[in-house]
Amino acid sequence: MSSVQIWTYLFIALSFGLYIGIAIWSRASSTNEFYVAGGGVHPMANGMATAADWMSAASFISMAGLIAFLGRDGTFYLMGWTGGYVLLALLLAPYLRKFGKYTVPDFIGDRYYSRTARMVAIFCAITISFVYVCGQMQGAGIVFSRFLEVDITTGVIIGMTVVFFYAVLGGMKGITYTQVAQYCVLIFAYMVPAIFISIMMTGNPIPQLGFGSELTEEYGGGYLLDRLDNLSQQLGFAAYTEGQRGTQDVFFITAALMFGTAGLPHVIIRFFTVPSVRSARTSAVYALVFIGILYTTAPAVAAFAKTNLMNTVNNAPYLELPDWFYTWENTRLLTFEDKNGDGLVQYLADPAMNELTVNRDIMVLANPEIAGLPAWVVALVASGALAAALSTAAGLLLVISTAVSHDLLKRSLMPEINEKQELFYARIAIFVAILIAGYFGINPPGFVAEVVAFAFGLAAASFFPAIVLGIFYKRMNRQGAVAGMVAGFVFTAAYIIYFKFVSPESSTAANWWFGISPEGIGTLGTLINTAVALTVSRLTPAPPRDIQQMVEEIRLPGN
Amino acid sequence: MHDDHARTYWKSNVRILTALLTIWFLISFGGGILFADFLDQFRIGGFKLGFWMAQQGSIYGFVVLIIVYVVWMDRLDARYNSRKNSNPPPGIDASSSKDGQE
Repeated sequence: MSSVQIWTYLFIALSFGLYIGIAIWSRASSTNEFYVAGGGVHPMANGMATAADWMSAASFISMAGLIAFLGRDGTFYLMGWTGGYVLLALLLAPYLRKFGKYTVPDFIGDRYYSRTARMVAIFCAITISFVYVCGQMQGAGIVFSRFLEVDITTGVIIGMTVVFFYAVLGGMKGITYTQVAQYCVLIFAYMVPAIFISIMMTGNPIPQLGFGSELTEEYGGGYLLDRLDNLSQQLGFAAYTEGQRGTQDVFFITAALMFGTAGLPHVIIRFFTVPSVRSARTSAVYALVFIGILYTTAPAVAAFAKTNLMNTVNNAPYLELPDWFYTWENTRLLTFEDKNGDGLVQYLADPAMNELTVNRDIMVLANPEIAGLPAWVVALVASGALAAALSTAAGLLLVISTAVSHDLLKRSLMPEINEKQELFYARIAIFVAILIAGYFGINPPGFVAEVVAFAFGLAAASFFPAIVLGIFYKRMNRQGAVAGMVAGFVFTAAYIIYFKFVSPESSTAANWWFGISPEGIGTLGTLINTAVALTVSRLTPAPPRDIQQMVEEIRLPGN
Repeated sequence: MHDDHARTYWKSNVRILTALLTIWFLISFGGGILFADFLDQFRIGGFKLGFWMAQQGSIYGFVVLIIVYVVWMDRLDARYNSRKNSNPPPGIDASSSKDGQE
């Protein structure tokens, strides 16, 4: 066993032990504790939990790699996934906290006094969360298989067992406090290699400043970003710091990710766990600060990794490459095909001459090895990636469980069940959800990875306008909200399905409406939802008096 | 009973939101996307300004916006609460509430 593996086992055993310890300490004894952790979570703890809930395997493993290949356009992930918090903090969180129930379908169902609206919301919440959770389980499986060389099935089962422990026992209470621990693990694991690499390449210990600094002598001096631009252009790629995609496409993708972020149920419900409206606002500040630490580091990691990769690999003799190259070749995440038979690696923009294909995920996973960092740092990344995957999975599973036990059973189909039975059903629901998610983690349907990105578009086009209009437009009624949600969801889903599955070959900027790619169409869906909702609500009767009073009530401060 | 206070509170709230969301739009969609190419002619250190706004500056801006929001709303809440308490609804004897407990 290599020293990296010994360190990895050690870190994973320690962190998993910690999570299970927390699970046993924070068992839930009532539905209130199971759904919203008793409503007494400190804003700072909730901020950390929200950050861990939010930053998934995709943020941790894939995002820096995606940015490394997108250059400046990678901003739609950076701004989209942080700017949404401004919307969440200003337009949703305080009012939903004041409303003071357990779930998003709760709000939609009560505000629009309608079982249909509640059912539509339950359907959207479960679809979005399931799509998402499968991706997390897959992420956990990849980490296990790469770092510990166990097969993906075993990896997923280990991950499921740990989540099972704290989610089934503790519900939101267990999940919240494990997420706090998971945030600490993941941010430490992300920052340590980034700081190391920043010091090595630029002498500046702060990565956010480092990638705007000059390279050290050893790396040839000059500004890092200038070097990266030059290297990219020499190999036939576009300059790193310039935009490549259409401006309106970047605009629409950013907006779709922002609206989607603010409309994702597993993030929204985190704000139900704090004691007051005021703490909901404060906790949004903490959440964005904790998220911002990783999100401002990611573009630095991307720039470092891209520079390093091009420096190390291009025109290097294949047989003299460093060890990490062969390790990652074994996982097929990195492939080399010597097309011109000269024994050298050519990494070029031209697909006919390019000999190296790099999977984006290895930018973070292999980065410490590429930079030649010690074994314990490499191992740290593995436990950080697992923390990111498991914390998000748990938050999503809770949404599914509450949608079934609370919204579907207690509030719709079986209102006569008592609290004990409801809690029992909640545990059963989360258990079944874990099994299904685990199954899809082991046998991933090909479309999951694709669809995860679209979950945002769907959340944006369905929930975001329905909730915001419900708070800011008193006249919005049942008919308007349901018509809007259905129109937004169906339009967005249809556009995505057409370009991704029915006719993928026609998915080019020339055929897209207004040059908007399927990733960005959720923005148009949001606008359609809003327009339909406003029009229909004007043509139908105003909501009842008590509903209007409820809206006035949630707009005011105090409990 | 407190309709006036409530209406004033809500109007101020909406004004705060409008101001902050305008800035939010300008720094993200403006600085990071629409005007990024224009801003690129300026540099801070090794960063072109448009690139920096897109990948760093906008995020710092978001954090500042939420902090300002929290501070303003705390102030607004305090004003609302003090007005509401200084003008108790009819039928309640102002002196009895001073004792705290019954």
